[in-house]
Amino acid sequence: MSTVINTPKAAAKEVLKDASMVKQKEMMAAHYDRLTNAPKTGAKVAATFVPGNLNELLMCFDLVNNLPEVNAIQNGLRRTSGGFVLEAEKVGHSEDVCTYVKSDIGMMAKGNLAPNGEKFPNPDVLLLSYTGCFTFMKWFELLREQYKCETIMLHTPYMGDGKITPNMVEYMVKQLKEEVIPKLERVSGVKFDIDRLREYLKKSVKAEDDLVWVLQSAKNKPSPIDAYFGGIYYIGPIFGAFRGTDDAIEYYKFLREEVVERLAEGKGPVTPDGDMGKEKYRLVVEGPPNYTNFRQFWKMFYDEGAVVVASSYTKVGGTYDFGFRHNPDKPLETLAEYCLGVYTNRSLPMRIEMLSNYVKDYEADGLLINSIKSCNSFSAGQLLIMREVEKRTGRPAAFVESDLVDPRYFSAANIKNRLESYLQMIEQKRASGRAAA
Amino acid sequence: MDASLNRTSTAGVVARAQELFDDLSFTAAREWKAAKPGRKVVGYLPIYVPREIIHAADMLALGIVGGGDQLEVIHGDAYYQSYICRIPRSTIELGVSGRLDFVDGMLFPSICDVIRNLSGMWKMMFPGVYSRYFDVPQNYRDDVGGNYYVNELAELRHDLGELRGAPITDDELRASIALYNENRRLVRELYAFRAQKPWQAPAAEVYLVLRAGLVLPVEEHSTLLREYLAAAQAEERPMRDNCKIVLTGSFCEQPPLNLIKSLELSGCYVVDDDLLLVTRWLTADVPVEGDPLQNLASSFLHHSESTAAKYEPDEKEKGQHLVRAVNRSGAEGVIFAAPSFCDPALLDRPMLQHVLKDAGIPFIAFKYAENSGQMQPIREQAGTFADSIKLWSGA
Repeated sequence: MSTVINTPKAAAKEVLKDASMVKQKEMMAAHYDRLTNAPKTGAKVAATFVPGNLNELLMCFDLVNNLPEVNAIQNGLRRTSGGFVLEAEKVGHSEDVCTYVKSDIGMMAKGNLAPNGEKFPNPDVLLLSYTGCFTFMKWFELLREQYKCETIMLHTPYMGDGKITPNMVEYMVKQLKEEVIPKLERVSGVKFDIDRLREYLKKSVKAEDDLVWVLQSAKNKPSPIDAYFGGIYYIGPIFGAFRGTDDAIEYYKFLREEVVERLAEGKGPVTPDGDMGKEKYRLVVEGPPNYTNFRQFWKMFYDEGAVVVASSYTKVGGTYDFGFRHNPDKPLETLAEYCLGVYTNRSLPMRIEMLSNYVKDYEADGLLINSIKSCNSFSAGQLLIMREVEKRTGRPAAFVESDLVDPRYFSAANIKNRLESYLQMIEQKRASGRAAA
Repeated sequence: MDASLNRTSTAGVVARAQELFDDLSFTAAREWKAAKPGRKVVGYLPIYVPREIIHAADMLALGIVGGGDQLEVIHGDAYYQSYICRIPRSTIELGVSGRLDFVDGMLFPSICDVIRNLSGMWKMMFPGVYSRYFDVPQNYRDDVGGNYYVNELAELRHDLGELRGAPITDDELRASIALYNENRRLVRELYAFRAQKPWQAPAAEVYLVLRAGLVLPVEEHSTLLREYLAAAQAEERPMRDNCKIVLTGSFCEQPPLNLIKSLELSGCYVVDDDLLLVTRWLTADVPVEGDPLQNLASSFLHHSESTAAKYEPDEKEKGQHLVRAVNRSGAEGVIFAAPSFCDPALLDRPMLQHVLKDAGIPFIAFKYAENSGQMQPIREQAGTFADSIKLWSGA
């Protein structure tokens, strides 16, 4: 099930791609083409966010989904975000704030080009799904200022007390009924059909089942996947523009089959340098990755035989591993519950419990936090999380710092140093454990 | 407090307010609690909580706005990375050092992700204290956001009733609303007076008098406001050739008092600001008749301040509150003073600046931390701004 592809930027070296990777690449390329061709095809475009994205609902209105966070990530991976961030700072955006926002603003100032080299169309509507991140609200106010288009706020209350209350769900359903759907109808010219939504939600469930299976395969030893660096690829379709589509079902089917195969062969994760060597360390990671030096960051792990068996970041666009699935029988309520449950909308005690359980359930050696300079939603409180998870699990935790898409805040030597020290700490802990036994 | 000062003079009132401001042990609140068995204190962070509900439960609403520049933060820094603002770390310091050990409950309003996450930290660190993230709607329709908010208020009312040991009645709420209406009227009067005669009510004094409202019972604070207003109106003070400015962006972590003083010393009269917004968040009286929670909700939705923590549904309205504040107060410019790493203020700032630019209102911007010590650069910047307005403005 493997295909050899020559990537343009790595012409000298063949990169082994699995069928799922090929499929994802095709899906992404087709999606960007669909987006950039929108002015020609007459398709209408909705910009929205990954956490709390309502892809199934947008599809009911034939709207093409554009995710500014994903664009910023693409720019980070392509090393263009640094210039965009500077561009935004030049026109008055503070050096202190989210670099996704500044990358987006800077990209607009520099031609607003998609990864396929074509210009992004202006959105027809901004669906401000205000879920788990304060910055989202300001981000779309900033975009509204530029695009002058309809902006729809969907406010997701925060799970401060660690639970979803009926009041929260009712509030969200009411917003969907009274604000979001009527406005999407107006912008798109398409009448809302709740049965169409149900059909998309049914498809979501299939993909969600397979995603959960894949992520939980990391409980095996060795883990057949890396649930952070590799996991970021795995969540792409379902957190992006494909949840509720046949493409997503097919992608996760391929992926699952590949993981089954790897498990049978006793293989570890696939890395950019091929199969990972012997699994020496199993880690849980909290926080988003750095994207400007993504491969370099990942390499630091697999060079040491460290595999990430669970991560919180792969729950930021939906938390499925505790049983939640979109429910076609309650289409609006399920959208509300989906939004409410995303990782960054969970209280700090919930996050601590989740990470502690990951360390135990995935038999990890400990927790590593990648603290992101410009993401307060994740970062504020992480030092307490670290101490508390250590206390509850008895396994060591460590802390590294970087940024999402601002290359100025990626210090390779510093991170490598800390990671190596951390792995030594794990070794010592193991040795003392053996001595005690 | 200097015994020679009585509260018929501004100096006397300000001395009392300064004493409360300087006291990082919250002695006044402790004394209030100790004066009667069973009394409880509920703390709250910026920017807004319905203090009426706390008061109706016979509790003291205690505003916590960080530790200022006099608190040495030792433990608090161990909880936060260098790129997170200062207010959560000094608040943790206040908690860990025992300065808030008399507080029975804490409310963390919906303002930003840092304060939001602090609510969870508080639950972990102080499990014996009632702690609640206080969410507010970002949808301003009565039948959508309003219904949600009424239920949130009802939950808070229920919880505080449990904490007291007896439910909060509608009449108790109505009585508290009336008291806070009066308090807000006095604050508005003070702001109007200062806008008219800023030399009679210097910004640092107004700030201290307002700040006293965070630690005093509302009845006492209203008395203090009346005393200050009467004294400020009666005393003749020299008028300087200052320009008038609106100060904005300082709605959460507070600037050091010296910063506020420095602005006036450098030639800027502060004629409006967004400091301590809780004292005037609701911009009109809350009706006393009818369902008190509905009335509080309706006031929040339709008669409350605009600030970065609130979504502005109408693009045309974005930033207009600042233009209106300039026009209302007769200001000649705006100073954006935001705490370092403050997402709401710093993300909002470019949009507000565009609005001001379109309206032809000059502005400058700088950042601070609650413990900033070096005022010289701020004086120079504000002084230059004042000079440029005086020398080059159309007036």
